[in-house]
Amino acid sequence: MTMLKPFAVTLDVGSSLANKTGSWRVERPVYVDRLSPCNDACPAGENVQRWLYLAEEGAYQDAWRAVVEDNPMPAVMGRVCYHPCETACNRAQLDEAVGINAVERFLGDEAIRRGWELPPCGPFSGKRVLVVGAGPAGLSAAYHLRRLGHAVSMYDEGAAPGGMMRYGIPRYRLPREALDAEIERILSLGVELRTGHRVADAVAAMEADGFDAVFLAVGAETSKRAYIPAGDTARVLDAIGLLHAVEDGAAPFVGRRVAVYGGGDTAMDAARTARRLGATDAVVVYRRTRDRMPAHDVEVEEAAEEGVQLRWLSTVKAVNGTSLVLERMVLDHDGFPQPTGEVEELQADSLVLALGQQSDLSLVAGDSDIAVRDGVVAVGPDMMTGHPGIFAGGDMVPAERTVTTAIGHGKRAARHIDGWLRGSSWEPPARHELAGPSVLNTWYYDDAPRSLRPRLEQARRASTFDEVVQGLEEPTALFEARRCLSCGNCFECDNCFGVCPDNAVVKLGPGARYAIDYDYCKGCGMCAQECPCGAIRMEPEVV
Amino acid sequence: MGYRAVRFYQTGSFAVGNRLVGSEDRSVQSATRRNNSLSSGHRACQGCGEALGARYVLDAAMEATAGQMVAVNATGCLEVFSTPYPETSWRVPWLHSLFGNAPAVATGVAAAFKAKGRTDVRVVGQAGDGGTVDIGFGCLSGMFERNDDVLFVCYDNEAYMNTGVQRSSATPPAARTATTEAIGDALGNAFGQGKNLPLLAVAHEIPYVATATISELHDLEYKVHRAMTMRGARYLHVFVPCPLGWGSATHDTVRLARLAKETGLFPVFEAEHGEITGVAKIRRRLPVEDYLRLQGRYRHLFEPVARPDVVARIQQLADRNIRRFGLLDGDAENDGHGGACSSPDAARTGEPAP
Ligand SMILES: Cc1cc2nc3c(=O)[nH]c(=O)nc-3n(C[C@H](O)[C@H](O)[C@H](O)COP(=O)(O)OP(=O)(O)OC[C@H]3O[C@@H](n4cnc5c(N)ncnc54)[C@H](O)[C@@H]3O)c2cc1C
Ligand SMILES: Cc1ncc(C[n+]2csc(CCOP(=O)(O)OP(=O)(O)O)c2C)c(N)n1
Ligand code: SF4
Ligand code: SF4
Ligand code: SF4
Ligand code: SF4
Ligand SMILES: [Mg+2]
Repeated sequence: MTMLKPFAVTLDVGSSLANKTGSWRVERPVYVDRLSPCNDACPAGENVQRWLYLAEEGAYQDAWRAVVEDNPMPAVMGRVCYHPCETACNRAQLDEAVGINAVERFLGDEAIRRGWELPPCGPFSGKRVLVVGAGPAGLSAAYHLRRLGHAVSMYDEGAAPGGMMRYGIPRYRLPREALDAEIERILSLGVELRTGHRVADAVAAMEADGFDAVFLAVGAETSKRAYIPAGDTARVLDAIGLLHAVEDGAAPFVGRRVAVYGGGDTAMDAARTARRLGATDAVVVYRRTRDRMPAHDVEVEEAAEEGVQLRWLSTVKAVNGTSLVLERMVLDHDGFPQPTGEVEELQADSLVLALGQQSDLSLVAGDSDIAVRDGVVAVGPDMMTGHPGIFAGGDMVPAERTVTTAIGHGKRAARHIDGWLRGSSWEPPARHELAGPSVLNTWYYDDAPRSLRPRLEQARRASTFDEVVQGLEEPTALFEARRCLSCGNCFECDNCFGVCPDNAVVKLGPGARYAIDYDYCKGCGMCAQECPCGAIRMEPEVV
Repeated sequence: MGYRAVRFYQTGSFAVGNRLVGSEDRSVQSATRRNNSLSSGHRACQGCGEALGARYVLDAAMEATAGQMVAVNATGCLEVFSTPYPETSWRVPWLHSLFGNAPAVATGVAAAFKAKGRTDVRVVGQAGDGGTVDIGFGCLSGMFERNDDVLFVCYDNEAYMNTGVQRSSATPPAARTATTEAIGDALGNAFGQGKNLPLLAVAHEIPYVATATISELHDLEYKVHRAMTMRGARYLHVFVPCPLGWGSATHDTVRLARLAKETGLFPVFEAEHGEITGVAKIRRRLPVEDYLRLQGRYRHLFEPVARPDVVARIQQLADRNIRRFGLLDGDAENDGHGGACSSPDAARTGEPAP
């Protein structure tokens, strides 16, 4: 370019853009997506960070769509999940964990309110799959199999689908309107459901009806027993039977004083149910101490709030009419309870046993290919039993016994079944590096206290089965979603674009994120350091 | 008064942008249309706080003046790294004369535009701390005293960086520079010397004086805009860490600016006509040691022999600032959220208050 030069000027004006300072660099910034701790911890494999990101913008339907990619029952999960995601949440290091579960419930309820539909199913594969058991594992598998294009028949021996979500978890924690709506939505994808249909032999059922694969999800629904000498007059019930009967509208008479024996979630639900059936005294008897109880803290807290009493370090030795003989225990060095010989009495009109559940595995008993160990069915990483084409998941396989785990099993099994049916195999995608607290620059996040979910008033909790924990209103749900730090994944805060002293970050526009201009980036690392969420990594420059 | 600090919305007003708020609540730097007054290819060191600060200030000034602006630059890093003839990194009309005369040149430019009837064209003078606090001080004081229509900006990196890190009268106590070495009994720059130019500017009772850092972008941009709404002599003192001269990691530049403010070592305030009108409160108070330890120029306070006595003296300076400027008061009007005189407006966020 030549131009008319002023006096004494001999060279054209050039721009420093000609000076490619990228050659100074010894380290280069690279945009990454790291795995947020919430995603890492979710047993259903939800992309929590992603759907919170969408909810933050008020795009609730998109957020809900992102949830149901993995979990077709957010309204249920937003109520009953023990939310390991929140236990893992990085925000807990700042103030309190993000109320992920409450936002999930908001999205689930919003979907039901507005009639949002599940994504359409893929083209028919020509394959038919039998799902045995319509609990969360079975329902999740059926949903994902339908989406993958397979025909699905689901057999359940119960009168209605849902498994323990219906016959275990009481209404005051999971209203049946939400459960029914989410089950109905899955069935409407074209799942053939046969209730009142017990499968006695899995292999026979597979062959008789010509299925290409089977997913077993029969749960663990038989109460474990303990031998307790009891006279004829004693009323001894089991917790699962009690909860099932209440759901059937045939609640048994429990009396005014009820003792529940056991320390798990089922014991808490049995005691809280007894309170609602009219018991003035509901006492949970447990042989160890509270910190060793298998029940989740929130369950114990809510039970205590409702006047359920807890008696630690005690076993039930005998039942004499309306009097229980309790023996005091002490914990030995290994934390095991040891008898002391000291006894005391507890007056109780009935005793409810909540000593755990086991699976009825008679449907696989005749198949020597299917191994049963410690009362549960052995499966490979692909969820397949020893019998080719027969898969299993949920409470009947070795894993944590929660609805969330069951939903995750259903999804994982569906993907492996799909791979198997198509003669290939499904490989889970590689996990990204974890975005732990050390990758964050928390300065940039505003202080924002956690929103609490309102609770039903005490009086109604003691006498009705109305839902105890209420949902969040829209503005509160939005506020809560926006407490998310977006760990490990860019949330378009423009910090990198702003803090680069060399203008070497290119902003690509909403949703499109950013790029580094390596012609000019000197590799100072400021963008990575000032990225709030750890979405930039410095890597050594290869020379 | 002050910029409108947004509460909540994930990052509130702390980050450069925020996709959850309207563009009026995002910084100039977050916009792709920003001027990039100092463009790529400049020869500033990796992670240079002065290069960053200059772009922040001039982009905000260009926005405020709709591009009708001239910059006058003193000698120093900013000038040397941006204009090795015949290349320039400047995307603003830009003029350089000498090390010590930038305020006087700026005065002349403003007078020339006035003579031509072009009062729409605004003038920004800029220099390092050496060019402002030391050699340029006479010209600057005159510019203040005459109330010339110039915004003068000092990029304070606390030494003469361009010529190899010599002490200036803005170099803090105990800092090692090439002329205040830390050898034997010597502990770097002396205590009890130097000048506080922001307060000297306030003493001139000019229309506007403010301090800012490159870590509080919304506050900095607000102050540039505020200054540009006024006529007469205005002064902005921007704290710009220098990784080369301070012996700090190149990625810590913004972090150091943040720490300087959060420890109380660099008070962020604004003043009009001789009176302090607002201070940016400390959000998370930190001991000065957190700031000192990141910098090679203070290494002799920690090794080979630890000098907690000297660190304690520096802490006293921070504590004095905190007292003197009221940096900790947490009233609703000024809760340390955002910058000087920020007024969080809960109603407009549409989000529930805690
Ligand atoms: C009282 C109680 C409260 C709980 N609360 C929670 C909670 O708050 N949160 C949580 O995450 N988890 C909770 N759980 C655990 C959770 O309910 C289970 O882990 C989960 O339901 C297991 O799902 P699943 O699909 O494996 O089995 P299930 O839900 O047990 O479903 C199994 C289904 O298989 C059917 N079936 C069984 N055998 C056959 C057969 N031979 N032929 C045909 N059908 C058959 C059954 O009728 C049933 O419908 C609770 C459990 C109980 C008992
Ligand atoms: C009259 C005069 N004396 C000395 C110099 C050499 N010189 C150029 S820049 C500079 C120091 C600049 O320091 P400062 O103003 O703080 O700017 P920085 O480089 O630190 O940004 C000096 C001493 C000069 N150019 N002119
Ligand atoms: S802050 Fe957000 S992304 Fe990070 S762990 Fe918590 S919910 Fe997940
Ligand atoms: S801030 Fe700019 S120069 Fe520094 S590493 Fe990032 S892109 Fe490169
Ligand atoms: S600094 Fe902000 S915009 Fe840049 S990558 Fe990180 S989150 Fe995204
Ligand atoms: S010496 Fe300091 S001020 Fe000068 S260019 Fe380097 S980092 Fe910037
Ligand atoms: Mg300097």
